Amino acid sequence: MFEQHFLILPIVLPLMAAPLCILLGQRQLAWLLATLVSALSCVISVNLLYAALDQGVLSYAVGGWAAPWGIEVRMDAASAMVLSLVTAISTLVLIYAKASIEKEIDSSRHTLFYTAHLLCLTGLSGILSTGDAFNLFVFLEISSLATYTLVSLASDRRSLTAAFRYLVMGTIGATFILIGVGMLYMQTGTLNMLDLADRIAQSGPSRTLNTGLAFILVGVSVKLALFPLHMWLPPAYTHSPSAVSAFLASTATKVAVYVMVRFIFTIYGVEYVFHNMGMDLILLLLAIVAIFKCSFMAMAQSNVKTVLAYSSVAQIGYMILGISLASAAGLMAGLLHVFNHALMKGALFMAVGAVLYRTGSVDIKAFRGLGKKMPLTMAAFVIGGMSIVGVPLTAGFVSKWYLVTAALEQQHWLIAFLILLGSLLAVIYIFRVIEAAYLKKPDESAASKDIKEAPMLMLIPMWVLALGNIYFGLDTTLSVAAAESAAQWLTQSSMSVGGGQ
Amino acid sequence: MSVIVDYYNYWVVVFLMMAGFYTVIAANNLVKKIVGLNIFQTSVFILYISMGKVSGGSAPIVAEGITTYSNPLPHVLILTAIVVGVATTAVGLALVVRIKRAYGTVEENEFKDKDDLI
Amino acid sequence: MAELINLLLLGMLAVTALGVVFLKDLFAVVMLFGIYSFLSALIFVNLDAVDVAFTEAAVGAGISTVLMLGTLSLTGRQEKMSGHKTLLPLLVVVTTGAALIYGTLDMPPFGNPENPVHQHVALRYIQDSPQEIGLPNMVTSVLASYRGFDTLGETAVVFAAAIGVLSLLGLPKQDRAAIESGLESHLVLKVVAKIIIPLIILFALYVQFHGDYGPGGGFQAGVIAAAAIILYALVFGLPLATQVVQPGLLKALAALGVLLYAGTGVASFFLGGNFLDYNVLAADPVAGQHLGIILIELGVGITVFAAMLSIFYAFASKAERKNIQ
Repeated sequence: MFEQHFLILPIVLPLMAAPLCILLGQRQLAWLLATLVSALSCVISVNLLYAALDQGVLSYAVGGWAAPWGIEVRMDAASAMVLSLVTAISTLVLIYAKASIEKEIDSSRHTLFYTAHLLCLTGLSGILSTGDAFNLFVFLEISSLATYTLVSLASDRRSLTAAFRYLVMGTIGATFILIGVGMLYMQTGTLNMLDLADRIAQSGPSRTLNTGLAFILVGVSVKLALFPLHMWLPPAYTHSPSAVSAFLASTATKVAVYVMVRFIFTIYGVEYVFHNMGMDLILLLLAIVAIFKCSFMAMAQSNVKTVLAYSSVAQIGYMILGISLASAAGLMAGLLHVFNHALMKGALFMAVGAVLYRTGSVDIKAFRGLGKKMPLTMAAFVIGGMSIVGVPLTAGFVSKWYLVTAALEQQHWLIAFLILLGSLLAVIYIFRVIEAAYLKKPDESAASKDIKEAPMLMLIPMWVLALGNIYFGLDTTLSVAAAESAAQWLTQSSMSVGGGQ
Repeated sequence: MSVIVDYYNYWVVVFLMMAGFYTVIAANNLVKKIVGLNIFQTSVFILYISMGKVSGGSAPIVAEGITTYSNPLPHVLILTAIVVGVATTAVGLALVVRIKRAYGTVEENEFKDKDDLI
Repeated sequence: MAELINLLLLGMLAVTALGVVFLKDLFAVVMLFGIYSFLSALIFVNLDAVDVAFTEAAVGAGISTVLMLGTLSLTGRQEKMSGHKTLLPLLVVVTTGAALIYGTLDMPPFGNPENPVHQHVALRYIQDSPQEIGLPNMVTSVLASYRGFDTLGETAVVFAAAIGVLSLLGLPKQDRAAIESGLESHLVLKVVAKIIIPLIILFALYVQFHGDYGPGGGFQAGVIAAAAIILYALVFGLPLATQVVQPGLLKALAALGVLLYAGTGVASFFLGGNFLDYNVLAADPVAGQHLGIILIELGVGITVFAAMLSIFYAFASKAERKNIQ
């Protein structure tokens, strides 16, 4: 009897589980509840993904009020794909967190951690499911507030300044989005995304709509850490608890990329954003600068979490690059990279968190000799690293392949070359860590320490993601089909609304 | 002249927003940054409420003898936005209190470590 | 006349905002923010947004200002240095402002009933909601029913803020042997407070249950009720207040409010409607709407009351501990 309500459950389940965690008040139970609810949401989301691939689009009228008067929950392949990804990663991270947060978060705050995690998941699911521009803002703020809390939970005092910086920048970004949505509403009188698309296509460009788009894009760019608005990301990922870094790195920025895609392709339409306003060139330039500048920044870091954080900003560059190509192939490559990058960064951050768990440090020096002492953890790191670089047979290779193909399809030789060059830079920063782990001898003091392999509860989710990198490198049926169908759906509807009438 | 009558409200709101925005990015003290953030957000609220106004209309509560009502939708949106604003403020200020205890300062230029700069 | 008042208020807002930018005394800055908030509330009244004005006055000028003052008591009231970097921020702000002004130039004119905003979605709220929902206050109808999903999100935001503040600052322990602290020598204040606090709580209940007919609702009621206890804590001391309303209870209440709201939505599942469809809650759709709105407004009120009060407790306990040291 619940099948017709499946669309709303990935939001409502974690939303109700969060207060239940507080009422339970016991951290073991809270962990169990959070993990179960997250896994259930994941099963439902995958179901929705198959339904969306099958039927194209699913819609649900909250409160029984038809759109545009009520709020519509709407799912197509793009949203269902990212939603499945987010709920799956959330489940894995929760399994991983049980051991990981023992050493990183004071035990009196564990229940609060699970509550905040569930609230964050609620917000992300809401952003992905909603078909209403203002409702998106509300869910964005739920996830953001929960994220600030999650970042600040680490015992290192620098997590506080990192969270504060994130809060200030994140709120400015959200307020920019609020201004942009206000301008959209002012010009069209509606907030429903599809209705907005229709009315924008009818009314044609205007200054108010241009400004609204600019504000929305800047606001979303803050949230997705597009260069040069990425300053909050490296400290936030470096100083937050490992489980939080793993979760945020593989979900929060991805959801922001989705929001950008939604505004560009569904609401405004390709015609408006790229042809009328020339946004493709701006996004392309920023993406390329991000790839190179942040790859070099990643090489200069000694804290491995910071290396990965800068690498994330660089990888976000690839996703935006795909979008800025303004073609179905480019969008598809960008979305595929969203999916694959989540697998890589999840595995990498989990491996680094395991090192922190055993050695108490994430400095590159602490990695020396770990190839022998923590073989499974480091092997997972190597697989994740290979995938970042884009070595064949890994998921990273697949998305780079589609990106290069999409660039070549439009005869952008230079861009294709830059993508390959960027991958070479990734080799350098990833290899530094691998070199330390396998080729360097540990210091005297560290050598005498008895370092064991990470506990099973951390290894299992880490290896699920690592194997995911290989699986989706070999068998691309599901990931490519989802991304392809998502891109086709988005560009088609965008063309038919944006240019057709 | 009509341009001024039509838009003066929005222009003042833009000025207010920018005063708040400037305070957020230029202030040295973290509490003042949060105040700036609040001013910025409150000004956006005025933008929304301004667009909901109908000349000669009255508050959107049904009453006898009234035929023109202002638009209730922006009011609803801003009620939500106000709540979001106070929630962010509370978390931000709690962070400031903890930063003061951990670092002994809430002045941006007094953080010694480059990593800690906000 | 209304335009003139509007213009005057906007001018005062501009002056207040400039004060915030230039003053170094943070106590003055926070007070100016309180004034700014009140002035905005007046503008909202002038622009027919009475519900918003109510909330802005209670939240912006009330809760936010109290929290800011509490923070200042812990961090010091003087901004030491500023102006170390003004060029870049100024550049960013001028660019952003110019973009906004550019955007206003072909906006629909202020107040014109022909604007798109007033034509499309809003018409149904104005024309049909009194019949469909059965409430005279359209804002309550839209907030609780048509866009009830937003309001559920808003409740979750408040809950998330409470979780954040609790994890950062912690709640005070309930002190069974508490004695009066706070303002010891102010007899007048104590007497007045004792008279006024029950009235505030009564008013909160009125706002809670009368929100369907006049301005108000769960959110405003929750803030007002929290303000009553905050006043009690300020006058008679935090330890005594934590005896009256226990911190542990507040945490549970904040969670229960969210559950009540979402639970109402889930109840609609079982009665055959969509999530948050109140029509199915009773035999008659309008009665169902009324029942649903009362339930979810109660959820909002409980969560907001508990969250705001526990946030205040968290800040106050830090300030009090500092005074003892």
